[in-house]
Amino acid sequence: MVEQLLHSLSRFLPETTLTVAVCLTVLVSLFGGRKSQATLFVALAGLALATWFSFEQIGTSESIFSGMVSVDPFSVFFKLLVGLSAILIVLFSLYSSEVQSTLHRAGEYSALLLMMTLGMFLMAGASSLLMMVLAIELTSLSSYILAGYTREASDSSEASLKYIIYGAVSTGVMLYGISILYGLTGATDFSGINRALTDESVNSVALLVSIIMILVGFGYKISAVPFHFWTPDVYEGAPITITAFLSVASKAAGFALMMRFFKVSFIDVNAIGLPAGVWTSLQGFEWHKIVAILSVLTMTLGNLVAVWQNNLKRLLAYSSIAHAGYMLMGVVVLSDKGLAAILIYFVVYLFMNLGAFYVVMLVANKTGSEDIDSYKGLGHRSPLVSVAMVIFFISLAGLPPTAGFIGKLFLFAALLDAKWVWLAVVGALNSVVSLYYYVRVVRNMFLRDPEGNAEPILFSTPQLAIVMLLLLPTLVFGLFYAPIVELANASVVMFGVR
Amino acid sequence: MAQEFMQWLSHPGLNHFLIVSGILFSFGIFAVLTRRNAILVLMGIELILNAANINFIAFSRYGTGTLDGQVIAIFVIILAAAEAAIALAIVLNIYQNFNTINVDEINQLRD
Repeated sequence: MVEQLLHSLSRFLPETTLTVAVCLTVLVSLFGGRKSQATLFVALAGLALATWFSFEQIGTSESIFSGMVSVDPFSVFFKLLVGLSAILIVLFSLYSSEVQSTLHRAGEYSALLLMMTLGMFLMAGASSLLMMVLAIELTSLSSYILAGYTREASDSSEASLKYIIYGAVSTGVMLYGISILYGLTGATDFSGINRALTDESVNSVALLVSIIMILVGFGYKISAVPFHFWTPDVYEGAPITITAFLSVASKAAGFALMMRFFKVSFIDVNAIGLPAGVWTSLQGFEWHKIVAILSVLTMTLGNLVAVWQNNLKRLLAYSSIAHAGYMLMGVVVLSDKGLAAILIYFVVYLFMNLGAFYVVMLVANKTGSEDIDSYKGLGHRSPLVSVAMVIFFISLAGLPPTAGFIGKLFLFAALLDAKWVWLAVVGALNSVVSLYYYVRVVRNMFLRDPEGNAEPILFSTPQLAIVMLLLLPTLVFGLFYAPIVELANASVVMFGVR
Repeated sequence: MAQEFMQWLSHPGLNHFLIVSGILFSFGIFAVLTRRNAILVLMGIELILNAANINFIAFSRYGTGTLDGQVIAIFVIILAAAEAAIALAIVLNIYQNFNTINVDEINQLRD
């Protein structure tokens, strides 16, 4: 018992590191100078260490703490993804005027950011119902506070109120669904649920209700239509560093948990002869069709509403809803190929989306506005950053030779492989719509003359270095994508799945 | 009929608890959808969480024979407390910025 516990603890090193880092940031902000960036650097060091420890876990595949958490290639992949984006967000924060103008509260900011990351690490590995709820809540509670971090600004506090009301209701509904699932199967860990569902027959109506309720919680976390209402408001009101973090890491963790939950709980490991990815434990009900409809609604609404937006943060919010729709197409397939396509998409999405948000932040620091009109003539005032923005947008729209094209290519290939032709066609049409609103910003930057103040905007070398850090992978992975494809194919292995 | 109903009521089993939790859940959703005062919306959320708690404990007692459900219920109580603390802090902040806690009047952000 004790030996098992000690062994589990040794496999829990990334999470322990983050917990220690949270304590350290609180202590440093208490005793260190109150108006300093010290806590941000402590957070950076903690995140780098935790990511390194996750990196060392590559290759392990086991279940720790008596089935509560899985350490397998799938969870390690998402820990690396979340850790990397958290590191980038702390780097952004060093240059964000919203964070720098409230340095006396930087301790809170760093500690909450670390707690959010810890919650997402746990979401990536959670393999029991209790751990699932706790991880989601740890992530959500920290992000509610961070969304309202600039508390003097009324739109920031409005964002956090809307976030907590939508979030609390959907986690409440999800919890009710989980309680029904627990009652039906008598198990709390995912593989136990799978065993109970394959061994004995359960009331299928109750199972249907409980899974729909659980889907509400996941839908909120990944901002899928019709649970997306919070997304534009929160993304617009929250500090831009937090918006960027929510749009990438929070979505990634939500997808990781959703994929693990459905794959481990509802796919019969003993079913031989059926194509991989059929949701065999839920016979009589076509789940993949429900997810397919959800995916079509999500990407279509995201793309169509984005066309009308004039605030760039809000535009990127709708674009992130659309991207969640594309990635849901991979969940429809749920075979190894579909999962690998989602993982590839997330690597690509990390760089291009964070890049777009970072440029918006840099420009807003100087011009004080996120309005599309304030981008008029930016191409002449700050050519380098504008060109970077164009590349990020081309990648988000999914055009070659950028990484975004590779992400979409593998998703569509997985769909066609599983005979979902109409869904692939809808996805491709949506990409065309998305091109329109991305190009609208590009047109403003290069083909319109600046209004009023037309002096060049200058950025410091480290700020430009971060842009390059995000720009290079967006371009390089568009041409040399073999490494991420290999990584993704190796990372679809989940503990407890054949 | 009435006598049979009283008889049924006097021997509580799993169904009784499930019915109570279902009613509580519906009240919670109803409160969230209809109340305009942020505090009352939060009270609706508490009802939803406690409905789930009743389910967990009832299933643990009558259904599965393990204590897992009761453990989860304890964790959920802690979660609900943490969530309420954060939500009230956010509502206080809203009041300082908007001078109202009517959720319909807090709509600066929109398309």
